[in-house]
Amino acid sequence: MFRYTKRTLILEIVTVLATVVLLSPFWILIVGAFKTGDQILTTSSFAPPTHPTLSNFTTLLGASASQNGNVWQGLLSSAVITAGSIIALVVLGSLTAYVLTRSTRAWSNRAYYLFLGAIVLPTQLGTLPLYIGARHLDLVGNPWGMIVVYTGFLLPLSVFLYAGFYRRLPRDYEEAASIDGASRFRVFARVVFPLMAPATGSVAILAGLIVWNDFFTALIFLNGSPWQTLPVVMYNYVGALVSQWNLVFAVVIISMVPILVFYVFTQKRFIQAYAGGLKG
Amino acid sequence: MSVTSSPARPAIGKRETATRGRAARAGLVHYGYWWWTLPALALTGAVIYLSTAAGAFYAFTNWTGIGPFNIVGVSNFVKVFETPEFLQPLVNTVLLAVGFVVFTNLIGLAFALALNRTLKTRYLLRTLIFMPVVLSPVAVSFIWKFIFSYDGPLNQILGDIGLGSLRHDWLAVPHLALGCVLVVMVWQSIGFVAVVYLAGLATVPAELEEAAAIDGAGLWRRFQKITLPMIQPSLAIATTLTLIQGLRVFDQVMALTGGGPDNATQTLASEIYQQTFIFQEFGFGAAMALILTLFILAFTIAQLALTRDRT
Repeated sequence: MFRYTKRTLILEIVTVLATVVLLSPFWILIVGAFKTGDQILTTSSFAPPTHPTLSNFTTLLGASASQNGNVWQGLLSSAVITAGSIIALVVLGSLTAYVLTRSTRAWSNRAYYLFLGAIVLPTQLGTLPLYIGARHLDLVGNPWGMIVVYTGFLLPLSVFLYAGFYRRLPRDYEEAASIDGASRFRVFARVVFPLMAPATGSVAILAGLIVWNDFFTALIFLNGSPWQTLPVVMYNYVGALVSQWNLVFAVVIISMVPILVFYVFTQKRFIQAYAGGLKG
Repeated sequence: MSVTSSPARPAIGKRETATRGRAARAGLVHYGYWWWTLPALALTGAVIYLSTAAGAFYAFTNWTGIGPFNIVGVSNFVKVFETPEFLQPLVNTVLLAVGFVVFTNLIGLAFALALNRTLKTRYLLRTLIFMPVVLSPVAVSFIWKFIFSYDGPLNQILGDIGLGSLRHDWLAVPHLALGCVLVVMVWQSIGFVAVVYLAGLATVPAELEEAAAIDGAGLWRRFQKITLPMIQPSLAIATTLTLIQGLRVFDQVMALTGGGPDNATQTLASEIYQQTFIFQEFGFGAAMALILTLFILAFTIAQLALTRDRT
């Protein structure tokens, strides 16, 4: 019944057109980023640049970049904070979910519900006291404080994702390794954790996206410090530029490229890891 | 991934499994130590539970962030509901959240239905419409800020098709700016919602629809009687997540309008930010944050209760 008919062809054309309209802002962004300041005001927003220029990118990434919006610093800060948060979330999340799902004691169930409840609870109300507390502990304005905060915010998600995967993992491997004399940590690190590669991939992708793109928390904890992440750098930079859209577009593209590369890269790893997990 | 180096033997007979089960019960096999959970419990307890509880407490005080403070009862909440300036963000937030749920779900579902089967380009289009989802809302908002600007593409198109009289400085007109924020929010989340619905549509067996079609059910009737009931779980997930996301809207407001013109696009989250971190009104900001939190909790719990009944 679901054959390719004339009606399917019409549906296909309509859907392709709808997608083109949906994605047209990207076209405007890309052509705009390669125009000069004069061209962007005088030519149509949809017309490709007659003389494509890289000057917007060299202005942003060159040595003369202003201290107010140092894009390199933003990239570095975002990378450090995202990587640190992912590592902490993978280590703490995998260990915690492992003990909680394998244990048959009553407390483990209660602890698991504590994490589930924390997923539902929105973070806005806590941000305020958290900021005061972090200020007392000197965790404001530096990447370590941000890693602690993001890890705290996203651990419930990490525990939840890992727990789902552990429940489907048979205990035979651990029992075999344990009987053969491996220590508890060795059983976890050498047998269980490698089998969890798909879960680790999911946690890294989801948490990485959330941390990299976060604006609210970074604005509060890092604004004005030399460790501002990319969204905050971009926000301040664009605020200082009055309608120099060519430069705005260049900074927007610079902020998008790493996340798109990261996404494609982890997506591939994700599939590989998943296939490997099934084979194991 | 090298499982081969581990001493695991995948082929285990039934009797052997039973022996191992006994070994586990006898306490020979252990699964980690309980204290492995302590760092995570402590961090979640402090960062989420403790700070939220403290925030709820400050909502009833007049604290400015430094120095002593008094407990002022519910006067912060009375102030929110009695001052039009503070009621406006509440109304805006609800309008944005409802509009966001309705439009993202309608458009997302339409894309999901179109991309579910038969189309030759469906995998490519799926990847493409998901692209905006992975990007930072701040970056996305700056593209749209240009689109809505007076010399921007939107007015250019209106001029080209002879509707030049409709040209506006979109983000500068109070009653239009809120709609612009909504457009940007919807645009970025269509792909996400479509993927949630596609996962649901994958569980609908084609045979069922074929049988209904043979019995003479039209396209709409098949959607209404077969597809819609079967994607109920996806519908619940997509509407809950978009509702929560809509209620929390912050990035787009800050990047597009900064809450202006004349507070017309101020939302709860952006007003909380302003009161707390710009004006140092910690107690008052906490009260607004508590209102937002209760909103989100109420909607989440209601949605969870509804979906639990169905499954």
